[in-house]
Amino acid sequence: MCMCMVGAAPGLAEDTIKIGAILGVTGPASFLGAPEAKTLEMLTDEINKKGGIKGLKIELIIKDSGASPEKAISFAKQLIEEDKVFAIIGPSTSGETMKIKGIAEESKMILISCAATEAIVNPVAKYVFKSPQNDSYAAIRIFEQMQTMGILKIGVLSSNTGFGKAGKEQIEKLAPQYGIQIVANEVYDKEATDLTAVVTKLKAAQVQAFINWSIEPAQAIVIKNARQIGLAVPIFQSHGFGNIQYVKAAGPAAEGVIFPAGRLLVVDTLPKDNQQKAVLVQYKKDYESRFKEDASTFGGHAYDAFMILVKAIEKVGPDKEKVRETIENMQGFIGTGGIFNFSPQDHNGLDINSFEMLTVKDGKFAVLAKQATKKKK
Amino acid sequence: MGHRTYASIPFFDGMQHIELLSQYLVAGITYGTIYAVVAIGFNIIYNATGIINFAQGEFVMLGGMTAVMLHTLLPLPLAILGAVIITMTVGALIEIVFIRWLTSPAVLRLTIITIGIAILIREIALALWGTGVKALPYFTGTAVTVISIGDVHISPQVLWVISISAVMVVILHFFFTYTLLGRQMRACASNRDAARLCGISAKNMVTLSFVLSAGIGALAGCVVSPITYVQYDSGTSLAIKGFTVAILGGLGNSMAAIAAGLILGILESFSIWVMPTAYKDVIAISILLLILFVRPSGIFGNVEASRLKEF
Repeated sequence: MCMCMVGAAPGLAEDTIKIGAILGVTGPASFLGAPEAKTLEMLTDEINKKGGIKGLKIELIIKDSGASPEKAISFAKQLIEEDKVFAIIGPSTSGETMKIKGIAEESKMILISCAATEAIVNPVAKYVFKSPQNDSYAAIRIFEQMQTMGILKIGVLSSNTGFGKAGKEQIEKLAPQYGIQIVANEVYDKEATDLTAVVTKLKAAQVQAFINWSIEPAQAIVIKNARQIGLAVPIFQSHGFGNIQYVKAAGPAAEGVIFPAGRLLVVDTLPKDNQQKAVLVQYKKDYESRFKEDASTFGGHAYDAFMILVKAIEKVGPDKEKVRETIENMQGFIGTGGIFNFSPQDHNGLDINSFEMLTVKDGKFAVLAKQATKKKK
Repeated sequence: MGHRTYASIPFFDGMQHIELLSQYLVAGITYGTIYAVVAIGFNIIYNATGIINFAQGEFVMLGGMTAVMLHTLLPLPLAILGAVIITMTVGALIEIVFIRWLTSPAVLRLTIITIGIAILIREIALALWGTGVKALPYFTGTAVTVISIGDVHISPQVLWVISISAVMVVILHFFFTYTLLGRQMRACASNRDAARLCGISAKNMVTLSFVLSAGIGALAGCVVSPITYVQYDSGTSLAIKGFTVAILGGLGNSMAAIAAGLILGILESFSIWVMPTAYKDVIAISILLLILFVRPSGIFGNVEASRLKEF
């Protein structure tokens, strides 16, 4: 309690700047929250070692919401009212972000979310931003790819989570625009341990390809089961597949899976003149040497959110209104997720090219070659 | 060119109804055996103590996780053996530390203790191994290896699960019927006081039941891990299905657990055929409720026998 009081006193606020973060470090979204929290800790240490932002040391306050919207709400209130933070990074999930969007807006608190749903920035709230690419971009990239492959009849699988549901809605909405017919549409439990019966249903519906939209181990199970029953059609996954452990788990079944993702996953194979390459290489190197685990695009979302904030503070100093305006007008910020061009109408700043179509080749992620798609099978 | 490539795969045209049916059946058998093998572990502790061990799923997870860890150093059979032994030791320790010293504990109290233990094991696993998804390699072939009978495909791992469960049930049956130790356990289960009067240490038998079911859980965890994967929290969902199957068959009866597992698995699989997948668990739970209303002692349970807590 005493610490809070002291922290809130104006005397101390001059040489430190408090940045709050609400992340699902544990619980069902820990695959997002854990790398995000690690990334923020790493960046804070780095910046403080170099003397802070304009002489201000960063005091990072991470709250573990366990992906619970209720906790996110109370942590948001706590960070705003008690800790009096300068800005908040997170939450990790869309559900949580939507719950605190209003709170941030009312208390004029800069919030840079690490969650993807478009609704976070559409309609635009003055103080709310987000760093990941829109869900719809992923679906559009998939459909564009399907068009080049001449696929017209597809199956759609999704898990019964917020992520699965959001993806399913986007797919259902966008498919007709690309002349693609959904002939089977199944939702499975996020804890499913075997999906043979579900993929058998796809086989019976004679799909030409299928999309799976989930973030659980099920996304590795589903491709394995599909190959086991001899369903030899192209498999598309969401950007949630961008986690090499699922590729390892699915082994040879993962070969040839196509999915959209940020470029972090294929940084080694990017051409030298790619604008993002330097940022990606640096982040990946720093993260992996410090934490001895693979860097993920999700940790990258926290990197982008944090660095956008830091850049803005560096430019105009610790003035909330000015920082908000600076972020809103920031152009050409090179992040891990893409190149951000914000505007008063666009609080995400990324375009569809921020997603690259990737595939799995010899157990590794690789950029999907344009010619290879025609030749395949 | 690309336009008609996938539509014209001739294999789709030849797909017969009967083959589809068989494929669902195979899927159902896969689900069923996984559930059954978890359910057997529940039964052993239930028979010895009358409690439902809610940490059973965690034994399954521990077995799988430990085996994956050991497999980085040891060949697969040794890694599995090591994992089973380590998990059995954990089972013994749990009983000795948390349960053994309680004097005349109520069943409810013990059950709640096992819930606490489950959370404890899960958190320790999280700290030890993180949130990553892991799996043992397929015992035979790889993830895409299949044995095909006509157009019906079955993964060799499913055959492994089925045969190991079968061997396990047979060994358990012999253990409880023909060995002194097994008969002592049964004696304790049916009448603790009388068994004690005959010089059997009831406490040791309870410890043994934890060791046994931890071992069975761990072995199950190893065999199913290539199919289902293993993660620090994957025990919970497996335990729920295993528990359902144990109840469905009649608590305490391992043969019935296998039959009930297969029934539930096949019903779930066929429910996916005719209904949206999302309703799969609705089917499973509705059946469970129905059984509990109509035959509270389980499909194969006998009211008299269930009172005797026979193995």
